[in-house]
Amino acid sequence: MRQEIGLLIAFLLVFINDTFLSKKGQAALPYLAGILMLILTIDGCFVWCSGNVSAFAGMYESTPVVTAIKNILNIGTLIVIIQSVRWANSDFVIMRRGEFYELLLITLFGMYLMISARHFLLFVIGLEAASLPLAAMVAFDKKHYESHEAAVKYILTAVFSSAIFLMGLSFVYGLTGSLYFDKIYMAIVGKECIMLVVALAFVIAGIGFKLSLVPFHLWTADVYQGAPTSVTSYLSVISKGAAAFAFLVIMTQVFGTVYSLAWEWMLYALIILTITIGNLFALRQRNMKRFLAFSSISQAGYIMLGVISMNSVGAASLMYYILVYIFSNLAAFGVIGAIENATGKLDMSDYNGLYKTNPRLAFAMMLAMFSLAGIPPFAGFFSKFFIFTGALQQGSVAIYVLVLIALINTIISLYYYLLVVKAMFINEGPCPVEHFRSSCGERLGLWITVAGIIFLGIVSCFYSHLLDLTAVSNMNMYFIQ
Amino acid sequence: MQPVLPIIILALPLAMFLFLGLLGNKMSHRLAGILGTLGMGTTMVLSYIVAFTYFFSGNPDFIDADTHTRLQYVVFNQDWLAFTDFLVIRLGFLLDPISALLLVVITTISFMVHLYSNGYMRDHHGVWETGFQRFYAFLSLFSFSMLGLVVATNIFQMYIFWELVGASSFLLIGFYYTKPSAVSASKKAFIVTRFADLGFLIGILILSFYTGTFNFTDFTSTAVSTDVYQISAGTAEGIKAIFANSAVPVFMGASVLTWALVLIFMGGMGKSAMMPLHIWLPDAMEGPTPVSALIHAATMVVAGVYLVARLFPLYMMEQAALDIVTIVGAITALYAAIVACTQIDIKRVLAFSTISQIAFMMVSLGVADVDFHHGLGYMASMFHLFTHAMFKALLFLCAGALIHAIGSNDYTEMHGLRKYMPVTHITFLIGCLAIAGIIPFAGFFSKDEILTAVGGYSTFWYIWMSLVAGLTAFYMFRLYYLIFWWKEHTVREGHHAPHDQPWTMTVPLVILAAVSCVAGFVPMGDLVTWNGHSSVENVSFWTNFKALDWGVASISLAVAIVAILLATIMYKKENPLPARMKNAMPNLWRWAHHRFYWDELYLFITHKIIFNSICRPIAWFDRHIIDGTMDSFAWMANKASYAIRGLQSGSIQMYVWVYLIGALLLGAVTVVCILI
Repeated sequence: MRQEIGLLIAFLLVFINDTFLSKKGQAALPYLAGILMLILTIDGCFVWCSGNVSAFAGMYESTPVVTAIKNILNIGTLIVIIQSVRWANSDFVIMRRGEFYELLLITLFGMYLMISARHFLLFVIGLEAASLPLAAMVAFDKKHYESHEAAVKYILTAVFSSAIFLMGLSFVYGLTGSLYFDKIYMAIVGKECIMLVVALAFVIAGIGFKLSLVPFHLWTADVYQGAPTSVTSYLSVISKGAAAFAFLVIMTQVFGTVYSLAWEWMLYALIILTITIGNLFALRQRNMKRFLAFSSISQAGYIMLGVISMNSVGAASLMYYILVYIFSNLAAFGVIGAIENATGKLDMSDYNGLYKTNPRLAFAMMLAMFSLAGIPPFAGFFSKFFIFTGALQQGSVAIYVLVLIALINTIISLYYYLLVVKAMFINEGPCPVEHFRSSCGERLGLWITVAGIIFLGIVSCFYSHLLDLTAVSNMNMYFIQ
Repeated sequence: MQPVLPIIILALPLAMFLFLGLLGNKMSHRLAGILGTLGMGTTMVLSYIVAFTYFFSGNPDFIDADTHTRLQYVVFNQDWLAFTDFLVIRLGFLLDPISALLLVVITTISFMVHLYSNGYMRDHHGVWETGFQRFYAFLSLFSFSMLGLVVATNIFQMYIFWELVGASSFLLIGFYYTKPSAVSASKKAFIVTRFADLGFLIGILILSFYTGTFNFTDFTSTAVSTDVYQISAGTAEGIKAIFANSAVPVFMGASVLTWALVLIFMGGMGKSAMMPLHIWLPDAMEGPTPVSALIHAATMVVAGVYLVARLFPLYMMEQAALDIVTIVGAITALYAAIVACTQIDIKRVLAFSTISQIAFMMVSLGVADVDFHHGLGYMASMFHLFTHAMFKALLFLCAGALIHAIGSNDYTEMHGLRKYMPVTHITFLIGCLAIAGIIPFAGFFSKDEILTAVGGYSTFWYIWMSLVAGLTAFYMFRLYYLIFWWKEHTVREGHHAPHDQPWTMTVPLVILAAVSCVAGFVPMGDLVTWNGHSSVENVSFWTNFKALDWGVASISLAVAIVAILLATIMYKKENPLPARMKNAMPNLWRWAHHRFYWDELYLFITHKIIFNSICRPIAWFDRHIIDGTMDSFAWMANKASYAIRGLQSGSIQMYVWVYLIGALLLGAVTVVCILI
């Protein structure tokens, strides 16, 4: 509970600052949000060691693993806040930037609930709290038509997916008579009927929306493109990371008993579709944000490998993947945001010759692309390596085939990631981005993310710590042994 | 021991590399040089502290007081990559006699070279070489890799740093990357050593596959396990038991252990330039001369010797592997000594001399017999490694001073320099006396120990190696006389007359010369033995004198003096004797001058045979079949991507339809699958 309460206090402080203080006092708003987030992150490290906490009659549960994933999300949110300072202080946003930080914190709160929920009621509350405010954030650029369009698409799809998800839940409730995870887990045995399979499909579809798994992904590109870059980066890493972990929890702790019967194959198909179609679309994109949207779709497919492997290595590598993905993707978005803020350019052809004019940005972008593509020795390589290891330990031939398909897709993804690198380093542009000096926040954010890309892979203790956590946690009992 | 000092020893050169490499261009040349030198100086002092603590503190971690045995001590050993519970790659810091010795050698030479380069890497007008900061960054990287190599706690860590050493050597040899000869030399060095490392890697894999461990302490621990017949890695006895097991296969008539050790030795042959993998070393002289002193005389090239010494308890179990070490070493020693007599380029003479001296160390390890004077060969090899590093670095740095003054590597342009460069003259002479093995200079003692060990092994090799020792004295003094005596050049007048160098270059010369005079008195028999057990009692300044086998010593002294006299007669003054001798044996001279056509042989094999019969078909296959397949995949991916673009129409109604149909299909297909 400590982390949730801390987050609520942070939210209230930002809210009070925004509402009641003078213009002068509000100048510190982004820094206040950043410092509060930093305190929360550091505080989270101390919660780390404490044992299991349960509340609300077992509807809420916090374990070391849960704390770890919350810490990972905290770090990501902190980086997003740091990177957003310049944008938040820009002319059109400065009046409303308080709302941005409030919505940011409250969606994070929703994600906390999603992750910690052990009852579907609480889970749905968290899911909605993490979805609806995001629509307001997507619409933040009031002056831009695309921003409105994106928000409408997002909210409509979100509502629709919630409906499907709740439909699936009602089936589950009808079958088992409970919404507690553990009770459903026990009650589901022996009730393997068509209804259950349909319910599962709907539940997966509902969360698949948040993860933007194919074919529930169609909103992604339009929303990522239309939303302000800070929101897009938040949407693509934090929101997705939280949903991925929640998905892992639901699939193992609620539906773990029907793994090989039903959802292994559903997820199997979804992973192949997600990785492949995400890649195929990414090949053609020329707008950087749209390009990263499709890249993030295919990355979500890789993350799902951690779920389908159904063992503690898979769970640990899923969390590690999220951690690494946060750093890599935020580095990419940091560069995109810096260039957009300085020049307003977003097209891949605008990046031609970037190395000549802004070598450091080009270098950070290159590391981000290498990490996303999984080139050693950067962190992305290790995250892919571990997630494949986890999947292979599951051991069935089908999974071997799946990993093979994922590997082939890695090669395809290498092509389009390197396209960006090629544009920056090799292509000559007629009018390259002029040299500019990015703001302190942007630079700090890039330093942090680049350091993460380099060191998360080389320093092995992060992964081994996560592995230790999942190996002893109560999640472990739900995995196939 | 607290791990702080060892960590700093490793981290400081790495930090220097990153700092100078990333920010070097932002600072002045002078500052970069000073920083690099200070960094290395600090590392040197810390290494001295660590080594002296290890040898002389009497701490029970380091020495067993009862038996007076030096122990292997792991300062830290951090898990780095844990693939499984069993297969863990660690990074650590191992202290034992040879790693402590090498710490001292590497940091000393490296510091001297850092200091020396401040003067060497600028011309007479004080203009700095381009890339001066880069040079210091690379030097630091090399020092880091070399230190990591010698303190490795396991063979995999050693392999990692081994490759790093190869890479940084590549960077340094190719430092003048605008010069085609330097570029091709760097490539040659890298490819040849990398080829050898292939054997090394296979050897590592074989060894650890059967023993189940990477750790040196497991391979080399000489403690006898409680149950000798218990098959467990962890002690040398356990390893022996593993390989004595009849289930371990025999391949082509040799046991798996022999194969593993020979393959590992192949890696050592590459780095230490043993025949037939020696061809890269003479070409590597294209690098700046301080680099030659550091890498190709004192540190990197002895890595192979160090490797064999490190795994000596394993080699000891396999006489066949040791015999190969001996034979390769002996042939290389003679070959390189003969070639050295005919080279014109002074650095190449020194290069071949290095090959020959390293071969001495190899032979010494090969003949080391634990029953003969407590494994004298092992100690002698390490002793020679130590002394050779000092005097060969000295000789190279002198050569650098000469080249710096004259602007050419060719001794025919040098003759008669003794008056112009007195300091260089004296220090070079000391280096020559040391390498020739004249009492009381450093080389005398170490070479004498080696010859004693060889003599205890077989008379044939003893005569052979004594001959090589004589040749060594001969070609070194030939070089000395041709540089400093022979005839006077008449044009050396006025402002451009060659002169001694700035103090940054003189100081290392003088220090190394002083060390070459006294290094022979280091009581190595007490410090470094194969099992850590001291072979002498009552250590004193005269220990090495007392330990001399005067029979062997007087013979080798006589051989050296005769060789020097011969060189004096032939080369001190300009005279027709050398030309007459050359004409008397025209074929031998031609072959030796062309280094017995090894390079041509390699070129023939690679270009004519391998390229034509293997590479061309593979290239064709690659270009047409592989690339064709890949291109068709790319074409397919592109087409597919084009075909499905309509999915992303932008219409929200359609998005929701796809969503709904997707969810329903997901359920329906699964249901159908289950029902079927």
